[in-house]
Amino acid sequence: MAAKTLTIDGHLVSARPGETLLAAIREAGITIPTLCHLDGLSDVGACRLCLVEIEGQRRLQPACMTMVSEGMVVHTNTPRLQAYRRQIIELLFAERNHVCAVCVASGNCELQRLAGMVGMDHVRYEYLSPDCPVDISHARFGIDHNRCVLCTRCVRACDEIEGVHTWDVAGRGVDARVITDMNQPWGTSTTCTSCGKCLLACPTGAIFPRGVTVGERPHASERIALIVDARKQRW
Amino acid sequence: MDLHELEAIAERELAQRPRLRILYCSATGCQASGALEIKRRLESLLAETGRQVEVDVGAVGCLGLCGRGPIVRIEPSGETFEHVKPDDAAEIIAALDGHSCDVARCDQNHPFFTRQMLIVRRHCGLINPDRIEDYIAVGGYRSLYHVIHEMTPAEVINAITRSGLRGRGGAGYPTGLKWATVAKSPGERKFVICNADEGDPGAFMDRSILESDPHLVLEGMAIAAYAVGAEQGFIYVRGEYPLAIERLQKAIAQARRHGLLGAQIFESGFNFRVDIRVGAGAFVCGEETALIASIEGRRGQPRPRPPYPAESGLWGMPTLINNVETFANVTAIIEKGPEWYSSIGTEKSKGTKIFALTGKIRNTGLIEVPMGITLREIVEEMGGGTPDGSPVKAVQTGGPSGGCIPASLFDTPVDYESLAAVGSIMGSGGMVVMDAHTNMVDVARFYMEFCKDESCGKCIPCRVGTVQLFNMLTKLRNGQAKPSDLSKIEELCELMRETSLCGLGQSAPNPVLSTLHYFRHEYEQLIGAEGNHGS
Amino acid sequence: MSRLRIATIWLGGCSGCHMSLLDLDEWLIELAARADLVYSPIADAKRFPPNVDLTLIEGAIANDEHLELAQTARRHSKIIVSFGDCAVTGNVTALRNPLGTAQSVLQQVYIEHGDPGGVIPRDPGIVPVLLDKVVPVHQVIPVDYYLPGCPPSAPRIRALLEALIEGREPATDIRYG
Repeated sequence: MAAKTLTIDGHLVSARPGETLLAAIREAGITIPTLCHLDGLSDVGACRLCLVEIEGQRRLQPACMTMVSEGMVVHTNTPRLQAYRRQIIELLFAERNHVCAVCVASGNCELQRLAGMVGMDHVRYEYLSPDCPVDISHARFGIDHNRCVLCTRCVRACDEIEGVHTWDVAGRGVDARVITDMNQPWGTSTTCTSCGKCLLACPTGAIFPRGVTVGERPHASERIALIVDARKQRW
Repeated sequence: MDLHELEAIAERELAQRPRLRILYCSATGCQASGALEIKRRLESLLAETGRQVEVDVGAVGCLGLCGRGPIVRIEPSGETFEHVKPDDAAEIIAALDGHSCDVARCDQNHPFFTRQMLIVRRHCGLINPDRIEDYIAVGGYRSLYHVIHEMTPAEVINAITRSGLRGRGGAGYPTGLKWATVAKSPGERKFVICNADEGDPGAFMDRSILESDPHLVLEGMAIAAYAVGAEQGFIYVRGEYPLAIERLQKAIAQARRHGLLGAQIFESGFNFRVDIRVGAGAFVCGEETALIASIEGRRGQPRPRPPYPAESGLWGMPTLINNVETFANVTAIIEKGPEWYSSIGTEKSKGTKIFALTGKIRNTGLIEVPMGITLREIVEEMGGGTPDGSPVKAVQTGGPSGGCIPASLFDTPVDYESLAAVGSIMGSGGMVVMDAHTNMVDVARFYMEFCKDESCGKCIPCRVGTVQLFNMLTKLRNGQAKPSDLSKIEELCELMRETSLCGLGQSAPNPVLSTLHYFRHEYEQLIGAEGNHGS
Repeated sequence: MSRLRIATIWLGGCSGCHMSLLDLDEWLIELAARADLVYSPIADAKRFPPNVDLTLIEGAIANDEHLELAQTARRHSKIIVSFGDCAVTGNVTALRNPLGTAQSVLQQVYIEHGDPGGVIPRDPGIVPVLLDKVVPVHQVIPVDYYLPGCPPSAPRIRALLEALIEGREPATDIRYG
């Protein structure tokens, strides 16, 4: 099939058929915020940060789950989208206890970076300050639900790449939590292989290696894509 | 099973039926108010006088006036009694024999009954939902026979398209178009799903259909399956409807036994199997992609569309998903023809719609009315206004996705477009009536609390937005809000409407936005009213 | 040109933001040439004075004294800057919020995890009364500019101050933690 030509923010861009709009946008050198997307994992369209305006479509569409099509005219950074993105980040910061000052991921955190990227200089919403547990029953890793943004990247990495599906989500709404096995302490999970892919995938300090201090947690989410690529290429 | 056998069953059934009958509503509402005890008293009284064969005490489905249950009807006179108590049994038997009787009668000449037009509910209150013979006796499964033996799938789809039927789940998508898409979508298997995950507060139309006439829905599904080329169907029914589930199970077993579901239906090459999937109580599973995930055994969460289920649904196969009431319309269209159906209703909204009238209204219950009837006719004439005669303030349609329509707009005709134009939606059919004592901020807060509890948590705007909005409305209600909070509320409503992943989040702000639009002064009154907790 | 009147206040925070301000070293001398520090934990002034041009607020609103001082500062200041993460988000100071109301926090800190036979200090007028919830400054008074950071680095503080002193709109430079 022939390549598709589309217009992104006024620039003509060509894209491979079957490619996502997000890939085309990035290829065009345009940066838009993403959180639940991670190269190498399937997409869920949950964080709504990569929503873009597509001319002729009534609703905003998530770039990560929209396929390119011929003649598409896309706007990625209108004032309206900027306002929505900031609001979404504000809602996230208000949801749990994201305290960068005492977080192992500070300086290596996608959420922290996104706050700067969308211009969130303060949160206009009330902080919900939920009482979230920290599970350090696993010998090598811990999960701090105070820092979880429910992007489900850990769930997908565990399921799609490690093939284990130790992680899943339980509960509804703001009470939803990522869980291991049948909502039991991580250390008692009989399926977890301790591979650490969830740690690689985690955008914040929610899943952290034990024994590592503030600011030391390496951020290496791109290694997920590397593993996927390596398998495809049979390296 | 062939047509002769079907008719033989019908004839036998009618011939066996005693002339004298006492029919009691056996749907959830009347059972809750004591229908089964009345049945026992009637049966024991009749047994004492040796009349148990002469008089048939039979269960029927919902008679509509749920707020006045238990309801009992006697035949052949057709007299209908309301608020029946077990002690009334003797009087009712006396009435059957033509004697006078003091039990309160439903006024069958009241607009509540006379303004109705029964298509979907045409068998409700007439047949025993537990007996397939009753359904066959009123002409059941003839449409399925007709479709399988005398129509091509394309002709069936054409008939549904020409009828103008639109989805009764709320959004009003043209049913024929949906069927055609599924029929045309390539896939090695196809599925038909009946969405019976009715969850709007104050809505019980679908429950009543399933409890009163389950075969009507099964037959509609089978016709749809024939039209789109599916061999497997699922009914996704919420676990909170145990009676509906029980009756559906019975109905499916009966239909299979009679060769009306399963393999080689009516001795044709058409196979269609129906299974029930019971929802575990998540409102979001009424959203089609979440419902499909739930049937697949995964967490009931929606996913972005496209692709739509018609192209890629259950296990990635083309899937037709319609609401209970939509399927329940199908046999009537086949029986009487699309032209007849499309002659009912308005230009763009055809046929009838069932509404559940609840709240501050005299006649609580279910009504089936032609599209285009005005809200005033429904609320004031049929519903009889408020119980204490005070003026009606507003009516909420469409549940947590809908809006409040003020009394000043009660001349709005009930059709998809008109309701959308006044900031609400047709929705699945819940209609909650409010009087002067209802504070509209409370109403908005109630629905936001519902959405906050029912948000699946997948997308951020809905997951956190509903909680923030709920908290802001609570602050407002407690007189702790600042003037700037109103614009914050509106801004957050816009975010949720524009960026939420599924219909739940996108429409969750509607009750707030519509009450803000029509009753802004009630919000403004609460601002800065510290310590004033209102009435 | 008249000299600017600058104030800084220290609410529920660790004073790290003030330390970072002092990190500006010799630039502080330049600043002193253009402005007077009329109220600050590092200046000897008992009362928040009127007619302040610019007030930096470090710390979250955690008790009644913070609330009162923030409100006073707002009344007397042309520009208010939320200075550092505690002022902007509540930050570490707000870590007690998940533990419940003030009473519940005191109970846990002084009795349950402290001295089971002990008492909760209570001396209104002397010991400030905790608010039930620690909140960022902008939730109690309008704030004009935000400088997040724990603490904001000296160069970021300087960039903001220079812009405000010169009447320019400061460039957005957002970094939490």
